[in-house]
Amino acid sequence: MKIAVCVKQVPDATAAKRIDPETKRLDRSGEAALNATDLNAVEEAIRLKEAQGGEVVLVSLGPERALESLRKALAMGADRAVLVADEAAAGSDLVATSRILAAALEREQADLVLFGQASSDGDGAVLWAAVADRLRRPLISQVAALTTDGSTVTGKRQTEHGYDTISAPLPAVVAVSDAINEPRYPSLKGIMGAKSKPQETLSLADLGVDAAEAGEAGSRTTVLALGPPPARGESLKIEDDGSAAQKILDYLVERRLL
Amino acid sequence: MDLELTPEQRAIQTLAREVAEAEIAPHAGAWDREHRFPDELYPKLAELGLLGVCVPEEYGGAGGDFLSYVLVLEELSRADAGVGVTVAVHTSAATLPILAFGTEEQRARFVPPLARGEQLGAFALTEPGSGSDAGSLRTSAARDGDGWVLNGAKQWITNGSRAGTFVLFARTDPTTAGARGISCFVLDAEHVRITREEEKLGLNSSTTSDLVLEGARVERDRLLHEEGRGFTVAMATLDGGRIGIAAQAVGIAQAAFDVASRYAREREQFGRRIGDFQAIQTKLANMAVEIDAARLLTYRAAWLKQEGRPHAVEGAKAKLFASEMARRQTAEAIQVLGGYGYTKEFPVERYYRDAKITEIYEGTSEIQRLVIARSILGRGLREDRVTAAPRSS
Repeated sequence: MKIAVCVKQVPDATAAKRIDPETKRLDRSGEAALNATDLNAVEEAIRLKEAQGGEVVLVSLGPERALESLRKALAMGADRAVLVADEAAAGSDLVATSRILAAALEREQADLVLFGQASSDGDGAVLWAAVADRLRRPLISQVAALTTDGSTVTGKRQTEHGYDTISAPLPAVVAVSDAINEPRYPSLKGIMGAKSKPQETLSLADLGVDAAEAGEAGSRTTVLALGPPPARGESLKIEDDGSAAQKILDYLVERRLL
Repeated sequence: MDLELTPEQRAIQTLAREVAEAEIAPHAGAWDREHRFPDELYPKLAELGLLGVCVPEEYGGAGGDFLSYVLVLEELSRADAGVGVTVAVHTSAATLPILAFGTEEQRARFVPPLARGEQLGAFALTEPGSGSDAGSLRTSAARDGDGWVLNGAKQWITNGSRAGTFVLFARTDPTTAGARGISCFVLDAEHVRITREEEKLGLNSSTTSDLVLEGARVERDRLLHEEGRGFTVAMATLDGGRIGIAAQAVGIAQAAFDVASRYAREREQFGRRIGDFQAIQTKLANMAVEIDAARLLTYRAAWLKQEGRPHAVEGAKAKLFASEMARRQTAEAIQVLGGYGYTKEFPVERYYRDAKITEIYEGTSEIQRLVIARSILGRGLREDRVTAAPRSS
């Protein structure tokens, strides 16, 4: 089975986030890492490959330096990486990004396309839906357990009331949640071997995507204004002198939360 | 000049940091309090290749360079310096000398189980009567046909109670009291008997044992390097090992800095964060500079070693500065935390206890200064130490 995993380089979780007021884009110059739930998708793809054979190919849109983050997934066990890196793609919104990724995925013709549920920077959690729509493929999202027999894929999705179990014929698109697995650490041998795995960098022209259809030109959304997150509301600090539990209880009762 | 780590080095550093933060740091306080060697940790480190970072792939290692190994030691020590010393001794004091001085047959036989982490290695040089004056050791290896029979006692052997392979030094020439009469052997656990477990000030998650050799007989294939040239093996091993201890000291100091700088941002006194006071700012600035300086000395020595260039003096400088820096700055970290720093509620008192040993083992600060001074005053370093009769006989 051929599995494509769409992954994204995001600012490292520990790095301070900054938005460039000029471009109104996230400053991506600091420490970077692979998006956390994308690692769950990579892990799931590698497990499927280990159980059933096949190939795991990473597909990403980002700057050239994103290759370093892709190498982590190669070190975990993915077979090769395809990075679409093109100045004209910078600033792509959901519509433009899905167009570019769909073009890259068309080229791969994978049986299964995996996504992480959401990226930690954009946090849109809809890209997989847009890509599935462009590819005209069935989609299962928020998958916490996944099985496949080679012709269909079945995903379990946790809901408030229990589990939904959804099956779809392959080829299909699946977005996984972080509950699906515990991503492995890359081994040192994997890290040393990652450099020699195939890593392809493509331009928009290579994919036949018009530059006017990418980046800000190809986006349908415009960032109008940016502001810092609101300050945390009024908080109460309780030092425990033996009565902290009672004080917390009183606080909650007072606000009719208990 | 390029001070940028390679993508592989960065990836290995990140891996070590993630493993240390997830698998080691949360337990380090308990291991310290309980004086417990975390047996369950080492198979995990082995599986990831962290017990053979700089060993070539053909001998079961990960094939990384020496700087990668140093980065790993720094990250492990940042979480738990006891784990740091266990891995340091296993790798640079037991595995690397076999790789450097062994015959092809010895390398193929002894290195892969160590590099794959199927067993831990130990380095047995020190004895009750010989520490800095290692050349005066008394453990004997007497000729017996084509082999040797070993008798004697070793002290403070890191990994002693857990090791499967020992790089051990014994006197094969009883007529020479000095370094020239010493040979190096590769022994199994069955050749030694552990007699005592040491109680230490720190590094409580590592094991430090006394052991005895009671007529252990070994064949010729256990002799590492030439007969009578064991001291060369010991000194070359310590030259490289010091760089690892420097990295350990940097890791401990970094951990202390992390806690102190976080605390300075959170703790309020006189209505302000204590980090707003210049007295605390000065401490943090000094810590940051000294840690950086130690780290750069350490990386330079590691780079020289992996380039195959002389590194004895640079390693001594790195180890000397990093260890004294770690002792100073872990104390400063306690000072930043005030009373809390002295309690077991925060880990800085552990860092302080752990840091002290880096000024002592793999050559005391006094020995490092001797090494450095000799390089300045122009006396042949290695030759000088080998020929010097430590005690007039």
